Amino acid sequence: MSLDKDQVRHIATLARLNLSDDEYGESVAKLSKIVDFVDQLSQADTEGVVPMAHPLDATQRLRPDAVTETDERDRYQENAPSVTGGLYLVPKVIE
Amino acid sequence: MALHEKTVSELAAGLEAGDFTSVEVTQALLERIAAKDDKLNAMITVTGEQALAAAAQADAARAAGKAGPLNGIPLIHKDIFCTRGVRTSCGSKMLDNFISPYDATVVERLAGAGAVMLGKANMDEFAMGSSNETSFYGPVRNPWDLECSPGGSSGGSAASVAARFAPAATGTDTGGSIRQPAALTNTFGIKPTYGRVSRYGMIAFASSLDQAGTITRTAEDAAMLLGVMAGFDERDSTSINAPVPDYVAELGEAVKGMKVGIVRQHFDAGLDADCGARVKDAIGVLEALGATTVEVDLPNLDLSVPTYYVVAPAECSSNLSRFDGVRFGHRAEGAADLFDLYCRSRGEGFGDEVKRRIMTGTYVLSAGYYDAYYLKAQQVWQLIAEDFRKAFAEVDVIAGPTSPTAAFKLGDKTDDPITMYLNDIYTIGANLAGLPGASVPCGFVDGLPVGLHLVAPHFGESVLLRCAHQYQQQTDWHAACPEGFQ
Repeated sequence: MSLDKDQVRHIATLARLNLSDDEYGESVAKLSKIVDFVDQLSQADTEGVVPMAHPLDATQRLRPDAVTETDERDRYQENAPSVTGGLYLVPKVIE
Repeated sequence: MALHEKTVSELAAGLEAGDFTSVEVTQALLERIAAKDDKLNAMITVTGEQALAAAAQADAARAAGKAGPLNGIPLIHKDIFCTRGVRTSCGSKMLDNFISPYDATVVERLAGAGAVMLGKANMDEFAMGSSNETSFYGPVRNPWDLECSPGGSSGGSAASVAARFAPAATGTDTGGSIRQPAALTNTFGIKPTYGRVSRYGMIAFASSLDQAGTITRTAEDAAMLLGVMAGFDERDSTSINAPVPDYVAELGEAVKGMKVGIVRQHFDAGLDADCGARVKDAIGVLEALGATTVEVDLPNLDLSVPTYYVVAPAECSSNLSRFDGVRFGHRAEGAADLFDLYCRSRGEGFGDEVKRRIMTGTYVLSAGYYDAYYLKAQQVWQLIAEDFRKAFAEVDVIAGPTSPTAAFKLGDKTDDPITMYLNDIYTIGANLAGLPGASVPCGFVDGLPVGLHLVAPHFGESVLLRCAHQYQQQTDWHAACPEGFQ
C-alpha cells in the first residue's frame, strides 16, 4: 500500500517533525517502500496466536512507593536550553 | 609484542606481573588513536586526560593491593552509553551538546572494576542503521578496506577494536548492531540474553529488543568483561534477577557431545556462496571438537525483518518523543509557539533515517492501522519465538552466517532502506526471541572478514563463549590484523 503526500504530512504532524519540501518527496517514496515491505506480515496465519509481550515471559517488577532519588535538578538543568528559577522555559503557550 | 596488539587477558597478565603500567598502555593507545583515527573516524570523543588520570588511579590501586578484575584495562564505550561529565551524543545532532549528568550502569560497573575509558565510539544515529552511515559525525570506515562500511550500528566500536585502538569496546544490539559489525571487521561480538545486562543509562531505541554487549578480539576477553557487566540492576525495569555464572571458568567446558543446529533457511539464495563456504568450514571445526550437527527449521525467518521493522520503529517513535527541545538536546531558534518548537527542534536535530523510523512507528501505531501492523507484528513475533523454542528443544546452539555478505562499499545501500534492512536477516531473530548471540571471526572472502553466528537458549552466554573460545583455540582468524594497523 503506497502512502500519499497528505498521509505523510499527517504522520509528520503526529510525530512532531518539521520536514522540508525535499524531505517530503523522499519520505513519500521511502516510507511507501517500507510499508509495502512490512505488508508481508498480512500473509502470515496468526489465527489464535497470543501477541508477544515479553520474550522471557517476565512481568513488571514492583517496588515500594518510596522516595529513593536525590534532588539533582540544578545539575540536570545544566543541559537545558533555557531555564529560570528551576523552571524550563518554552515559547508562550496561552495567549 | 607491542602493547596495542595485546588482548584484554594478555594486558591483565602483564599489568599484574608489572611488565608495564596502565598509564603506559593508555598512553600508547591514545597516541595510536591520535595518529590513525583520521583514516577511520571511529571515535566521536577521545577523553585523553580523564583516561590518563583513571590509568594512574588504577596503577595506584594495584600498588595498594586493591586491583579490580579489569584494573587498568583500556576500553572504548559506544557513544550510546551515558558517561558523567562527557558528551554523550548517540551519533546525533540532537545530542551534540549533551553532557550526561550520570553514568550508565555498564559504564559504572566497568569503571568500578578498574577499566579505563579512552573515549566514545562513533555509531549510527540513535543506533538506527547497519552501516554507520547515519551518524551525524560521518561514516566510520572499515580498517580492512577504507572504502567499505564497518557495519553498524556499533561500527565505531568494531572498527576501533579491529584497528587495535583498544582491546575491547562496548556496543548495543537491537537487531544485530554488535554482531554484524563484528563479522564485518573480524572481531568477536556478543549480545547477551535480553535483560542480562542493564539498560540503565543506555539511550533507548527499541526497549524490548535493546541489549548491551561487547566487541573484543577473543571470546575469552568478552567473558572477562561480561562477568563485570552482567547482573541485576534495580534501575532497569526489565533487568533479569538471575545469578551471573563465572564465564571465564566455564570457557573450558566440553564442546564434545554438543548438538549444533544448522538452519535450513540460512543457506539459501540470500547468502553469498563464498561466505557460506567459510561458515560451513567453521561448523566443521566445531564438529572436529566433538559436536554433532542437526538440521533445524526456522520457518518464519523471512518474516523476522518485517516484524522488526514494525516493532522497533513503533518503540522508537515512542522513546524518541522525549527529544522536544525543552529539557535537553537541540533546540530550534525563533520558534513561533510550542508546537513549532517541537517540530522544528526535532526536524533539525534528527537525521533522515531516524525521521523515517519515527514516522514508520507513528504510522503503524496510528488510529486505524494499529491492528493491521502492530498487533499483527506482535503475533508473528510470537511465531518467531516459538520457532526458536522448538529448535532449542533439539539442539544446544544454532550456528550459521552472521551477515549475508562481507563488508559492502560505503554508499552502496543508502538509496534503498529495504536493502539495508535485509543485512540483519540472520541476527534479528535472536533479538525478537530475547536470545544471546555472538559473531566469531571465521575467515575471509577477497580479503574481507566473515563471521560465524552462534545463538544459544536464554542465559546460554556460557555456551556461546565456550564454543567460540574453543574454536579460537583451533583457528587464528581472529589474530589477523588489517594492513596499516599492525
